[in-house]
Amino acid sequence: MNLDLSFYTWNLVEHYLIKGLVFSLELTVVATVGGMVFGTCLALMRISPIKLISTPASIYVNVMRSIPLVMVILWFFLLVPSLIGRSIGAELSAYVTFIAFESAFFCEIIRSGILSIPKGQSDASMALGMTFQQNMQYIILPQAFRNMVPIVMTQVIILFQDTSLVYAIGAYDLLKGFEIAGKNYGRPIEAYLLAAMVYFIICFSLSRLVKWLESSHQR
Amino acid sequence: MTIIELKDVSKWYGTFQVLNHCNAKVNAGEVIVICGPSGSGKSTLIKTLNALETIQEGEIIVNGISINKPNTNLPLLRSKVGMVFQSFELFPHLSVIKNLTLAQVKVLGKTKDAAYSFAVHYLDRVGLKDQINKYPGQLSGGQQQRVAIARALCMEPVVMLFDEPTSALDPEMVGEVLDVMAELAQEGMTMLCVTHEMGFAKKVSDRVIFMDQGKIVEDCTNHQFFNDPHLLSSRAQEFLSKINYA
Repeated sequence: MNLDLSFYTWNLVEHYLIKGLVFSLELTVVATVGGMVFGTCLALMRISPIKLISTPASIYVNVMRSIPLVMVILWFFLLVPSLIGRSIGAELSAYVTFIAFESAFFCEIIRSGILSIPKGQSDASMALGMTFQQNMQYIILPQAFRNMVPIVMTQVIILFQDTSLVYAIGAYDLLKGFEIAGKNYGRPIEAYLLAAMVYFIICFSLSRLVKWLESSHQR
Repeated sequence: MTIIELKDVSKWYGTFQVLNHCNAKVNAGEVIVICGPSGSGKSTLIKTLNALETIQEGEIIVNGISINKPNTNLPLLRSKVGMVFQSFELFPHLSVIKNLTLAQVKVLGKTKDAAYSFAVHYLDRVGLKDQINKYPGQLSGGQQQRVAIARALCMEPVVMLFDEPTSALDPEMVGEVLDVMAELAQEGMTMLCVTHEMGFAKKVSDRVIFMDQGKIVEDCTNHQFFNDPHLLSSRAQEFLSKINYA
């Protein structure tokens, strides 16, 4: 196998890599922020003693966690046009799907974060006259989020890798950029090799960051 | 004036009865020590008084309000009942001053300045004014518990509940916490203390409630409990005989 190193030029980076990388990162950030917001709501629903509130959240989370992400991506992409009569585009579809899917995973992280705070903390804030909402807002969630940073980061790394699944609906992400470049230049092996390296560098740096955060957190 | 009244209170965990037809009254300014063997329901009883534990039967009236009615404003009621826990339960992510001002601002609706000066005042009273910007993790157990007492006092409670406040402390720190409690008692604060510190009970309390197996077995004056033990039930006599106190 001969690798053609002349394939790796600034031109490649500029015209094929940047656009896809930006979308992959955007999707990761949007899915993380959206997933955390809706995940927190789902987590609060799931810990509710009222069945009418906790059951729908449980069903949603369990369904999402039991279906492969690529299927959710495809289903949503195909379902929306048949419901509203027009396509919303691969990118917007990807944003919505990822937020919906990641919410379920972040929900479980946040829920276990909330449950990891000793009951005495709630007792103390309730004893001071705080409402359920104030207790969550000022006492429980800030502590839970702080404990959750490493595991959330780990989930974000997985999420970043999972963004490559949007190839299924043709969105222009990092992987797609390399695929097109590989085809245009007739050098698919070089293209996918570089793609793997870019994914590796980003994910490996992030996981080192998590390690560092964990060790500084313990101190 | 009656601050707390328990009428025939019973509570079960599943089929296990933790509180068995408990009746008691607490008058303003009284200092009451609740003692008894572990598992006798002392901590459960004190936690029912601000509804951290619910009851299945009977009625509890605090500051004129029946606390187990469904329409009772529990946060409002709890804000007037101070509570100190065995494991301190300071908020570890907040500084000492934030621990003391948060509920004043969010629950009582005070301004930050008013809350701050209150916090400083009570920290000074427990002798920890210089620790104002520290975090709970930087304080010793005894200091944490004194901050917890100051935090409760900032709410200007009508009654203070202590749930084994010295049980989690190293022996050399028990004294500093008991001293703060004794001072409070002298100043006329209404107090209920679950404690094994019988020396403190003898010195500071007006009345002693002795519990066993979910029942209030004795409810008598300090003098009766410590000076006429032969008039007590055999269970209470046995308990007293096993405990050293000075």
